[in-house]
Amino acid sequence: MTDFIEPRKNSELGINSVPFVEVEQPGAAPLLEQAKGFWVTFSTMFKKNQTVQYPDVKAPTAPRFHGRHQLNRHPDGLEKCIGCELCAWACPADAIYVEGGDNTPGNQLSPGERNGAVYQINYLRCIFCGLCVEACPTRALTMTNEYELADDKREKLIFEKDDLLAPLRQGMLAPPHPMYPGMTDTNYYNGDVKEAHPSQQEQN
Amino acid sequence: MTTAELLGKDPGWIIAVKALIVFIICVVATLMAVWTERRVLAKMQLRTGPNRVGKFGLLQSLSDGVKLALKEDIIPAAADKVVFIIAPIIATAMCFMAFAVIPMTGVVNLFGHQTALQLTDLPVGVLYILAVTSIGVYGVVLAGWSSGSTYPLLGGLRSSAQVISYEIAMGLSLVAVFIYAGSMSTSVIVDSQHQNIWNAVVLFPSFIIYLISMVGETNRAPFDLAEAEGELVGGFHTEYSSLKFALFFLAEYVNIIAVSALATTLFLGGYHAPPGLGFTEQWFGGWFTFIWFITKVNLFFFIFMWLRATLPRLRYDQFMKFGWKVLIPGSLVWILIVATLRVLQQQGANRAVIIAFAAGVVLLMMAVSSLVDRSKKVSGEPLTEGEDPDFPVPSLPHLRSISVSGGQK
Repeated sequence: MTDFIEPRKNSELGINSVPFVEVEQPGAAPLLEQAKGFWVTFSTMFKKNQTVQYPDVKAPTAPRFHGRHQLNRHPDGLEKCIGCELCAWACPADAIYVEGGDNTPGNQLSPGERNGAVYQINYLRCIFCGLCVEACPTRALTMTNEYELADDKREKLIFEKDDLLAPLRQGMLAPPHPMYPGMTDTNYYNGDVKEAHPSQQEQN
Repeated sequence: MTTAELLGKDPGWIIAVKALIVFIICVVATLMAVWTERRVLAKMQLRTGPNRVGKFGLLQSLSDGVKLALKEDIIPAAADKVVFIIAPIIATAMCFMAFAVIPMTGVVNLFGHQTALQLTDLPVGVLYILAVTSIGVYGVVLAGWSSGSTYPLLGGLRSSAQVISYEIAMGLSLVAVFIYAGSMSTSVIVDSQHQNIWNAVVLFPSFIIYLISMVGETNRAPFDLAEAEGELVGGFHTEYSSLKFALFFLAEYVNIIAVSALATTLFLGGYHAPPGLGFTEQWFGGWFTFIWFITKVNLFFFIFMWLRATLPRLRYDQFMKFGWKVLIPGSLVWILIVATLRVLQQQGANRAVIIAFAAGVVLLMMAVSSLVDRSKKVSGEPLTEGEDPDFPVPSLPHLRSISVSGGQK
């Protein structure tokens, strides 16, 4: 009972010295004002509705929408990924797994010494923040606008390198094949290689 | 020949056929009503609504119904089994029965027989409808009670209180129609409107009161307190599943169509064409009157949808206050006025007296309403200063809390 605080009188506290202010309470609106709501719903019937008939009609996303990743290629078809694992280190959700590998004369996947031998993105973990894309030193990893990433098995949502690699476009050769004759990996990096060289095809 | 005499000559098989037709109309109308409601409501909310089953999603409610019927039927262990099963049957059967006295067409040729699409014509037809719909309330109460669960019980009691209160207002609004038409038979009321003008015009206050109370009566938004999802889970039918739930669902919609049909019959001239379009009544051998009937019923159904899309749900006490303190006294006053006018007319009072009476009523109303307004303005006396409030005050940095319940003084 020692720590009991004797309640003080309101007069001591000065509660009642707070001036009384009458607040304007809005009363019921006039009937016509209330009836306006009926016009809102009625006129809405004749407006264009906003529903997207999704599986039938796919509305385009915003241009920079963060969708599924893509591993890009150089114009001659070599992979841009050099297996540096910076994307994996940048990933806050620990969704990316990379194993680097050495490029050998018979197995040249990317320009320079190293390539990404194993590349996995786990879409059960990915939060599509795009930090991996920012981290990538060679612009190998970017994001597409593809958002239909649902499946019936967990395993199917771990995307392998084959699933992520960009398709071969015009003038590209499927790796492994040697680098463009006379070009170094720095030339590749600077964008000096514009297309595949016929000799690359032969030596493949 | 009156409709009652016409229907009296129906052979048994025609009556059976008509009963079947009425049943089919109710069920098909329900299916269409569910679809229409979902589409129109969606339109009012910038959505599309169901559009995948059949053309424009027309078969959506049918497939929903089939799905519902095929679901597992659960009877809770705490339920009173017999009553639990009987309740939805009562609710549904009574709604269908209300349709028996609604005249849906004029004189038509039904399988080579001259008759009207009206199952039977009672001299107390409208009273019969009120009676039957009241019995429908038993379905709701019993469903709530027999579920053996708290929320259904609350929902059931709310529903019954609601339906009973609004039935009084509804019944009173119909009295003016009876006085005016001089009969309670639906077909006679329709005929009397055909000879004069629609009751919706002459008895406008009754019409408005009926419109409001029919929404209350059918437990629909904004008066759907009994099924307030946020408060009572699902109301009286929380424990129902499968076909029994489907029956309640059916009952709700048949009930809506029934009150709409009654409104059409009593206030909008029934199956007759609007003034000026009387020639259409002869089209298709008189069957075109059915189109007029359906159109008018749909007009009321649209009002139901419109209300649901626009208004938020009322609080229970507001709702009851509105029913008992506004609708019922309003109805009573209006009935007094109508009755007085009617008697004056029948006794051949001259026009000046009638106008004087009407003017007197209007003046009286204005006086009363201005008094009400004045009484409203004196509100909220300011707190008297210097008195200690006897409620606890929370602690603030510069204030200590006041203990009201314990401690020493």
